[in-house]
Amino acid sequence: MPSKKSSKGPRFQPASDQSLLIYFGEKITRKANENVRRLLHLLGEDPLAGVHNLHPAYCSLLVKFDVRKWRQEALEKELRKYLARLDKVNLPAPREVEIPVCYGGEFGPDLEDVAATHGMTPERVIELHTSANYLVYFLGFTPGFAYLGELAQELVTPRLPSPRKRVPAGSVGIAGNQTGVYPFETPGGWRLLGRTPLAMFRTDREDLSLLSIGDHVRFVPISRESFAELARR
Amino acid sequence: MSAIEVLAPGLLTTVQDLGREGFGPMGVSPSGAADPLALRMGNRLVGNAEGAATLEMTLLGGTFLFREGGIGALTGSDFGANLDGTAVPRWASFEVKPGQTLRLGPTRSGARCYLCVQGGIAVKSFLGSASTHLLSGLGGHEGRALRKGDVLKIGDAREAKEKGTDHNASSTEGAHKSNRLRSVAAKALELLAPRKVLRVTPGPQSDWFPKAAQRIFYSSTYRVSEEANRMGLRLAGPAIREGAHGEMISEGVSLGAIQVAAGGLPILLFVEQQTTGGYAKMANVISADFSSLGQLRPRDEIRFELVNFESARKLFIEQEKLLAAKDLIV
Repeated sequence: MPSKKSSKGPRFQPASDQSLLIYFGEKITRKANENVRRLLHLLGEDPLAGVHNLHPAYCSLLVKFDVRKWRQEALEKELRKYLARLDKVNLPAPREVEIPVCYGGEFGPDLEDVAATHGMTPERVIELHTSANYLVYFLGFTPGFAYLGELAQELVTPRLPSPRKRVPAGSVGIAGNQTGVYPFETPGGWRLLGRTPLAMFRTDREDLSLLSIGDHVRFVPISRESFAELARR
Repeated sequence: MSAIEVLAPGLLTTVQDLGREGFGPMGVSPSGAADPLALRMGNRLVGNAEGAATLEMTLLGGTFLFREGGIGALTGSDFGANLDGTAVPRWASFEVKPGQTLRLGPTRSGARCYLCVQGGIAVKSFLGSASTHLLSGLGGHEGRALRKGDVLKIGDAREAKEKGTDHNASSTEGAHKSNRLRSVAAKALELLAPRKVLRVTPGPQSDWFPKAAQRIFYSSTYRVSEEANRMGLRLAGPAIREGAHGEMISEGVSLGAIQVAAGGLPILLFVEQQTTGGYAKMANVISADFSSLGQLRPRDEIRFELVNFESARKLFIEQEKLLAAKDLIV
């Protein structure tokens, strides 16, 4: 079994009979995520036969493979050759994206609670949330859901103990030291601070998802009036 | 072009094929048939490539008017189908005359039944697949479940035979005269029957769960809750409290992953699964048993049996061999 190797470098772990996880670290760091993006990029440029899907995350990459072509051990060996080439990968320059958000009220039902938890005003929560330049660590959960980090230390808050069954599309939430926008109405356990009128994922434009892995993002506070106006466009 | 008119949609009927692989980096899960074996065999019965688009019905089937007639097949669970009042056998192709109506009712066995038609259901492809992804409203027929009055076009029979996915390895039936009626061999159906004891391999966090917690998981009977859909199936039964930390660093999750959230109850991730998740995974259903998941209904009782990765691989390869066998369709 290739799991739990004590050797240095990334850790390989079978996830299922047709998937393998590669961990570049056991903590969320920009370096680990950069390695995820490098390997993702390399596997895009130089695809490996019999690998049919990749799920990047903070510090890991899930590789889905055809079990008729690969055994876990052989695939690990092959992927280690890719790892040896990571330093030479040139990642594309990050795009800078601004996302308008209307905070509080029905759009951000958890804003007051988050503020109270940290003994600060809702205004301060908004100020902290909009002052950071976030990295898109990866897209996951649903189509176009970008995991952004890192949230200001003062705002770090656990997920809701039990997820909501319905979170409206466009909701902007926080969980742990991460933040993100729900592209679709889905269940979700993040604490909701506000909502954006932008469509995070749509099929009538070339880039289906507004955000891509590696992008840089800023949130910009807007009024209810601007929200209504932007939503009409 | 030939068409089917939806006179009644049933409980949840969607256009499905074998899904879209390769879009994990965008957070798009493959979707596709909940019971891919039923879909593949149904397509072979009507002379299509294995991955042609079909209608997936859930628990209660629909009523469909065939305007121009055609060749159809029903696979998966028994929804008590009749064609203008005459019972229609499953796992066999049948001829539909122009103006005939196919009626299906509530299930008499598992959760899903597939209506496959010669030529396949023709919808606009999204990211290379006809599959509906309900959660995001993408793919299939307008990204949604069918409604009364919808009209679905049927594709060109010759095209559907060639069109493909990487699953269309065997189209030996194409050699036969295309309108000959066929059925799936009884022996194969027996071997491919949906299971209630699901075989699993250890999940990536299985060692987070102490022995006592593992014992609970592997020795208990779990009941599929009412919250069971194409995204996932919540299970009810003995809680696994130890080792279910509730939160971890989100990572990629695979189809059939069994995650344990803070409450200790397992959740099975299914075809419209989230692509990443932040709960510890105790186990993962093996590829050979994915189709069984698609036939589980709320209140069904299931158990889990641990197998190693090599056995899982062999079981999948055997299943694929069985499916590729020339005598599968007779």
